[in-house]
Amino acid sequence: MKKILEIKNLVKSFKDKEIHKDISFDLKAGETIGLLGPSGTGKSVLLRSIIGLEEIDQGEIYFHGKRIDLLTEEELYPIRTKISYAFQNGALFDSDTVFENVAYPLFEHTKLSEKEIELKVVESLKIVNLENSLELMPSDLSGGMQKRVGLARAMVLDPEILLYDEPTAGLDPSNIETVVEVIRKFKAKGISGIFVTHDIPTAKKICDRILILKSGKIAFNGSVEEFENSTDTYVQTFLSGQ
Amino acid sequence: MTFNSIKNDMKVIGEIIILFKDTVRCLFSRPFYLGRLWEQIVHLGIESLSITIVIGVVTGLVMTLQFGYGLEKFGGTLYVPAIVSLSIMRELAPIFTSLLIAGRIGSGISAEIGAMNVTQQIDAIRALGTNPLRVLVVPRLVASMISLPLLATLSAFMGILGGLVIAYVEFNIPAGFYLNKVLSTITISDVFGAMFKCAFFGIIISILACYRGFKTREGTRGVGSSAKWVVVRASIVILISDFFLSKLLILMFD
Ligand SMILES: Nc1ncnc2c1ncn2[C@@H]1O[C@H](COP(=O)(O)OP(=O)(O)OP(=O)(O)O)[C@@H](O)[C@H]1O
Ligand SMILES: [Mg+2]
Repeated sequence: MKKILEIKNLVKSFKDKEIHKDISFDLKAGETIGLLGPSGTGKSVLLRSIIGLEEIDQGEIYFHGKRIDLLTEEELYPIRTKISYAFQNGALFDSDTVFENVAYPLFEHTKLSEKEIELKVVESLKIVNLENSLELMPSDLSGGMQKRVGLARAMVLDPEILLYDEPTAGLDPSNIETVVEVIRKFKAKGISGIFVTHDIPTAKKICDRILILKSGKIAFNGSVEEFENSTDTYVQTFLSGQ
Repeated sequence: MTFNSIKNDMKVIGEIIILFKDTVRCLFSRPFYLGRLWEQIVHLGIESLSITIVIGVVTGLVMTLQFGYGLEKFGGTLYVPAIVSLSIMRELAPIFTSLLIAGRIGSGISAEIGAMNVTQQIDAIRALGTNPLRVLVVPRLVASMISLPLLATLSAFMGILGGLVIAYVEFNIPAGFYLNKVLSTITISDVFGAMFKCAFFGIIISILACYRGFKTREGTRGVGSSAKWVVVRASIVILISDFFLSKLLILMFD
């Protein structure tokens, strides 16, 4: 399969705090990677670095074989409509309604009419079971609902890659099932994804490959089967912790 | 003032200039957000109308009172209309309006953008492939450049009218004489000069406020201290630059 995203020797630190020492992996077209690692190992920072929200110190990032880590902020804008990031906390615009939040990328990047935008927004919200919350403000929603609106907003432009930052954390079982279904639908459409999670059973259900971060490096990179059968003690702690 | 704090201040000034430069670049290229601009003009200009009028009238009343009694001692009551209108048009209306807007709007902008920043909404704007400068800064900058001169002119107009009332009631200066004097004193260059100064102050207020909003880090407390920072800094810069701008305008037109 073709590589859609490649990360090579990525190094990232904040001030004198080293987060990533040497990260390399690639994402193939249509593949979904589960990214695991203890809290604070830099999973969110890694996703943010991929789309250039964080500047990396060293290393290279390629999208469709084209280097993107050296692009300017302006040059990154079109890339970010193709690699979409669903924030860990939703990061909704809290002065705008749910509808306005999900419609925002459509108004910005498409020439659709208001009617068409409305249809698309409702369609996206339907997928995350929130089609009845159009006129609510983010502050009227629970944390889990905000997250799902964030997911709807991230997918409304039909990106090629979706970076999901713990989309199932804090959700009840039926909504976890909803999100799993969403990701399955994307996979069926051939959309690639990186799925950050602490939820091992869900990761095993929907991911093709598992990556585990440990103190700034990739401690494990293999298929779900290899993950389950691994004898590595570090990997075992994840398997037993589920 | 240590060497480090001066170095730090220089860095801040440099960053503010870069922010301004980048914003101006956005100003001259697509996309434009006319809806957001209108929203800001309403918020910044129209919602400040009533308070501007009150300040203008009160300034006119009190200035006429003070100059009236002051000049009466020397038999100079007849000079009241000229002095009052000139000082209001050139200085008091622009400065009072700008300081008021720095307090009312500057703190609001920095708190709003600061809160968006600490809740990752600015990151969300970027992640959705859009430019926070275009979406947030340009509308606020343009709205304050348009609103502030108009508000100040309105305030001056109301002040001169307020002066007319006191001049008549307290000093028996006829309204016709007052207006004649005002019209022969104030020139079009006084009005445009005042508007020019206010447009400049509008830039100062909005850019400082946006800059500080983007720099806001440490949560809710950071949002509050950013608002304070903007009001204090913007007021000082307005007062200092007013001196130099006034000097410049006098050199050009007087
Ligand atoms: N802007 C920043 N400045 C300084 N340090 C930061 C910044 N952003 C993140 N960090 C640090 O980077 C480290 C990794 O953070 P990150 O949010 O990526 O962790 P994570 O793996 O996503 O954790 P979690 O599972 O809890 O979400 C943390 O120690 C955090 O303190
Ligand atoms: Mg995280």
